[in-house]
Amino acid sequence: MITLHDCFTSQIAVFDLLFTQCIVTFVTTGHVLMGLLLQSERHGYDLKAEHDHRFPTARPLAFGQIYAALKRLQKNGFVEAVGTEKADGPERTIYGITDAGRAELNAWLDKIDHPIETVANPFAVKATIALLVADRDVASRYLSRQRAAHLDAMRTFTRIKTDPQRSFSDVLSADYAIAHLDADLRWLDTALERLLTLEQELQND
Amino acid sequence: MIDAHPAAPTIIEPKRSPVLTARSLSFAYENNQALQGATMSIGQGEIVAVTGPSGSGKSTLMLCAAGLLRPTAGQVIYNGQVVNEMSEAKRSKLRRTEFGVLFQFGQLVPELTAVENVALPLLLSGAKRKPALLVAGNWLERFDVAALADARPTDMSGGQGQRVAAARSMVTEPTVLFADEPTGALDALSSEQVMTQIARVARDTGTSVMLITHSAQIAAYGDREIIVRDGMTYSGDA
Ligand SMILES: Nc1ncnc2c1ncn2[C@@H]1O[C@H](COP(=O)(O)OP(=O)(O)O)[C@@H](O)[C@H]1O
Ligand SMILES: [Mg+2]
Repeated sequence: MITLHDCFTSQIAVFDLLFTQCIVTFVTTGHVLMGLLLQSERHGYDLKAEHDHRFPTARPLAFGQIYAALKRLQKNGFVEAVGTEKADGPERTIYGITDAGRAELNAWLDKIDHPIETVANPFAVKATIALLVADRDVASRYLSRQRAAHLDAMRTFTRIKTDPQRSFSDVLSADYAIAHLDADLRWLDTALERLLTLEQELQND
Repeated sequence: MIDAHPAAPTIIEPKRSPVLTARSLSFAYENNQALQGATMSIGQGEIVAVTGPSGSGKSTLMLCAAGLLRPTAGQVIYNGQVVNEMSEAKRSKLRRTEFGVLFQFGQLVPELTAVENVALPLLLSGAKRKPALLVAGNWLERFDVAALADARPTDMSGGQGQRVAAARSMVTEPTVLFADEPTGALDALSSEQVMTQIARVARDTGTSVMLITHSAQIAAYGDREIIVRDGMTYSGDA
């Protein structure tokens, strides 16, 4: 009989294999910034505000991250300094996208991302460790609590999705988050179900 | 034995004062034990999602809670009254005036128009035709299907039919709405639209909802989750 533990372990082995085979850049800060610069020329401060407003489900960008990315883009010739602006604070450099930047952005949009990138399963890893160091009770309690946390996150995104004040791009981001949480939830339910079945099988033996 | 949801307490209490409580319900269809000690309550204005594998007893729990089935053991308490000990006449009145029910499909009378279908519960309670149709029209509007007032169920899409059915389930302004897989037969987007509207109307009117679903995406419209497994209930919240 194949045990649950075997299933988890073999799953991890499969993921390991897949991960060593594909190293794909998914979304980089640079691409996002170029996308925002396509709309209008902006300074770093403005880019942060626009990013955080437009992608409420993404982690807010740190200034350090933005300036590092802009420097890299500038070095590659994808963006250029087009002027400066001085309001009440320090002088700020305004950036614009170049033709090379546009071409890079188009090439990036044209590229299909590797599906395996999105299926890393940290929950299976943790449940397996729980089975190794503790027992099925601990693994099952972990999965139950994770399931509750997932459903709670789904409630939050459902509120965003159904709020008429939210923009179209907010709704799209929420849809994406919900679909991913839903996939995780289905896996968590199945894993719990398997743990329970396994327990019943062991009792019947 | 390990528990599927070990963090769960057996008694599941709502945050707000309960309007409906089901306590240790058992029910068997012939020799098929569908419920064994199921316990839950629904707070005032709360949307409680009831999830669980198919065949676990969700629908049976709802039918008992709504006074449509009489549990063989346990109690259903609504407003301090034990529903399962009431006479059939009293239970029937309670269902007509205090409860609304909404199923997956097949509830609309095909011979009647949308507005007549929605007016039906009012007419059955003795309301006059003209005011009943007026009220029904308002409810169609709340569910964004006023344009379909004179259409017959056979001429509607699945989503439109469910909106009309939802309007009908709310027309008597029930205290508790029992919804069993209300979007189970719809595609993803219609399902979202119908569910969003049901939740919005329930929030606006302060109606409590027992929302049965096997989908986490629908359960996420609820404030809380109760999981049914083998006729027993567990809290889905950590
Ligand atoms: N009318 C019926 N007659 C006999 N058995 C039934 C009937 N309805 C449901 N059952 C059985 O009772 C159990 C619980 O069913 P149900 O409450 O419909 O579950 P769920 O709604 O979670 O799918 C299942 O085993 C089902 O086969
Ligand atoms: Mg059912």
